[in-house]
Amino acid sequence: MTLARHLAAAAAAAVVIALISVQLGSYRDYQIAEVAAYVIAVAGLTVLIGLSGQISVGNGAFMALGAYATALLQLRVPWLPAHLGGWSIVVIFLISVVVTAAGGAVVGVAAARLRGPYLAGATLLLAVAFPAAVADRYAGVFGGDQGLGVTVTTPAALGPAFPPTRWLTWLTCAAALAGLVLLANLARSRVGRSWRALRDDEVAAALSGINVARLRVLAFVVSAASAGLGGSLLAVVSSIVSPGAYTLSLSIGLLTAAVIGGLGSLLGAVWGSLLLALIPGYLSNVATSHGGRLFGLPSGATSFVPIAAYGVVLIVVMLAFPSGIQGGLRRLFGPVAPVAAGPLARLARRGRRAPAGLPASRHGLAAARHRGSGPRGDDRRGQAGEPSRRSGRRHARTRDTHQRQSEHQEEGTR
Amino acid sequence: MQEFVEFTLGGIASGMVYAAIALSLVLIWRGTRILNFAQGGLAMLTTYLASIVISRTGSYWEGFAAGLAAGLVLGAVAERTVIRPVESKGPMNAVIVTIGLLIFIEGLAGIIFGGQYRSFPPAFSIVGLRIGSFSLGISRNDVFTAGAVLAAAVILAVVFRYTPVGLRLRAAAFGPQVARLLGVRVGRVLTLGWALAGLFGALAGVLVTPSTFLYPNSMDAIFVLGFTAAVIGGLDSPVGAVVGGLILGVVLEYVGGYLGSDIVPLFGLAALVLVLMVRPSGLFSAATTRQV
Amino acid sequence: MSAGTALAVEGIEAGYGGAVVLHGVTVAVPAGTITAVLGANGAGKTTLLRTVSGMVRPRAGRIVAGGADVTGRRPEQISRAGVAHVPEGQGVIAELTVEENLRLGGLNRRHAERAAGLADAYARFPVLERRRGLPAGTLSGGERQVLVIARALMSRPRVLLLDEPSLGLAPRVVAQVMGLVRSLREESGLSVLLVEQNARSALSIADTGIVLNLGRVVAAAPAADLAADVSLRRHYLGF
Repeated sequence: MTLARHLAAAAAAAVVIALISVQLGSYRDYQIAEVAAYVIAVAGLTVLIGLSGQISVGNGAFMALGAYATALLQLRVPWLPAHLGGWSIVVIFLISVVVTAAGGAVVGVAAARLRGPYLAGATLLLAVAFPAAVADRYAGVFGGDQGLGVTVTTPAALGPAFPPTRWLTWLTCAAALAGLVLLANLARSRVGRSWRALRDDEVAAALSGINVARLRVLAFVVSAASAGLGGSLLAVVSSIVSPGAYTLSLSIGLLTAAVIGGLGSLLGAVWGSLLLALIPGYLSNVATSHGGRLFGLPSGATSFVPIAAYGVVLIVVMLAFPSGIQGGLRRLFGPVAPVAAGPLARLARRGRRAPAGLPASRHGLAAARHRGSGPRGDDRRGQAGEPSRRSGRRHARTRDTHQRQSEHQEEGTR
Repeated sequence: MQEFVEFTLGGIASGMVYAAIALSLVLIWRGTRILNFAQGGLAMLTTYLASIVISRTGSYWEGFAAGLAAGLVLGAVAERTVIRPVESKGPMNAVIVTIGLLIFIEGLAGIIFGGQYRSFPPAFSIVGLRIGSFSLGISRNDVFTAGAVLAAAVILAVVFRYTPVGLRLRAAAFGPQVARLLGVRVGRVLTLGWALAGLFGALAGVLVTPSTFLYPNSMDAIFVLGFTAAVIGGLDSPVGAVVGGLILGVVLEYVGGYLGSDIVPLFGLAALVLVLMVRPSGLFSAATTRQV
Repeated sequence: MSAGTALAVEGIEAGYGGAVVLHGVTVAVPAGTITAVLGANGAGKTTLLRTVSGMVRPRAGRIVAGGADVTGRRPEQISRAGVAHVPEGQGVIAELTVEENLRLGGLNRRHAERAAGLADAYARFPVLERRRGLPAGTLSGGERQVLVIARALMSRPRVLLLDEPSLGLAPRVVAQVMGLVRSLREESGLSVLLVEQNARSALSIADTGIVLNLGRVVAAAPAADLAADVSLRRHYLGF
């Protein structure tokens, strides 16, 4: 049922993209292809952070892994292109995804015991160490700073006049959409529900029979595979794989896009990727269209205006839409009650008005169990309803933040 | 033997710079449970200010003091303006705001100062010290660098342990709600924590920049290493920050010296993974690990 | 409100988010007395204390402590107005030592008074002096309860808000804690608002009591009368 709906949505998106790509010039087509590569990588990250509750500041490394796998497969495995012609790239994508999934499993197992900032630190260093160091150290295999070339042949069936960029756009968008459909189904599946459970309360999830360790690793595998596909797509889009494209900035950009778009939402990943890919370019266009001079600044300084402006955009979006763009859209256009907020909060409120004769302690206890906390509910019922109402902000697992959060909720501003 | 001594002493000198960044991250993490990705950017900006003051007045020490003072002010201003509104939101929101702040600051520095590399003067001579004919591999300035961070860390420890302000800082970090009930103005205390973090970041910036040059991204790599040091030591522990910085500094110096500089980042990762395998919350974490 | 009232809560309405917990609660604590707040789980007892100490902002009503209107003030301001709130359960800061926890309670007093306050606390609670250098997290449940009460006293409060001091303690320790509260009132004229699940032991030391049910005061009377009211006991107090 959901599979059918996701497929229908993907098909509709495919038709729209195909129609748009026919209308647009090759530069815009190229941009669409680039966004598609980011979308699938960001989608994998939003699943990791938003659903499983783990953080990665290093998914750019997985993108690099996928990109290098794609380039090396094309260069070193000669029978692939010979045998399959233009379609060989699809096989290469699949193998690259498997390779990065394996990489994700390794990292996931190593990171299984790490939480919060420690996980962030480890993955951040992965992003710093992996592409640059490996590419430099083994320049013979990875091509050093120059990198490796990647070529895409347009399938003969489309005819010789078919624009190569359009094929590139179709190819990357189709691959990204296929990945998104898989992710969407996964998020709706039993696995997705278990991820949410362990994100909200790891102990409670473990107690209800969820294999926490395996699910955490699986989340890393899925997110790495998505990033790997994104890397493969970026490799064919930019027709070259070099360490300079997979710096820490890329990893941080992915993280930023996932959060700005709205954690846990695949549609949010699309918004975030659009922002990531298009805003800096747009801003520097604005800057250069003024003859390279803005506000009477020297031209060297003008090139920094888009950077500063991008920083401001990030801060403003985060302050204006704490649950990301998708969260903001949902609040503007969606039903009044956000997904998780409605029924649970209402239930908590209704429980409070239980008839006087009822043993009220039952409700209190239920609330306490819901929160996985101490043996007594007592007056904390109100608080117990509160965190579930603000479902998007559950990541704070530490006692202090948690306390401070509820304090803020109750009192407003300090 | 000579090499070993050189690498060790050099590692200690650079490790203390990482320790200063790590301390600034720990100060903020303990108080607000936020990872401040903008710490390096703030340090870069204060170093520019120090550079300007030095070139205007001709006095290194006036620039040094101005840089540290600017760090205090910038840390507090950052907390009050953009961080305070997201403190009650999810931790990812705060992370993205600090990343946005970093990008903004680096862009701003580029707009104001341009992108070209500038040199920044050291406090003391950078000629290598030697005992007789035995070279130590460090300079008078390296000794000052390590000593300055150490002194600042000791002062911080004394303030934390023995003064009412320190007690307030720790109480606000460990039990903000209880602290408020006891009359501690937690909001102000958190701002003070950010200001102190800004001070330590500024110290790291002024001390390290003579050897890295000054440009809008000049503190990025140092920040990554400082963050690594904080994670190794444990983000709740100021002592851990210093020890983590020293470990990282010395290890990376050995790796760079004996094995070649291109695999230094890989060994940074290896050191971090090794420590976290054994202690998932850093070497000096007081809190026990969550076991499921 | 008469001059002899240490704390007056008038018509308080308060809650969390969309949920209203207290519907017009009125309590007066005469100076130098203990007022027990009783009621079942979810009656609003803890919320009442949290509202008085400023952790929950009231939507309507007035709170007057020691003659000053503190309605809508922040917890740190209300604490300075002489109201000490001992929260339920683990109110100690486990990472700080016993002595640091105590000193924290007296931070807002003048320097000379701090040392005297600490000496007083150790004189009254020798167990704390023996443990002064240890992290508060190493104390037993009863010792922690003693510590949080001693810490609250460090600020020389006029009004003490005690939330479930008997929670999780062995009966013998409960009796000791209750005896302590009683002796504090007698020795220093402290006014106490005591929230308790354990109605029997609370009424044994209280002067007056109120019973809350679903956020409303359903009874307010001298403690002895409440303890004697069989139907009230059966319906609301469970003993």
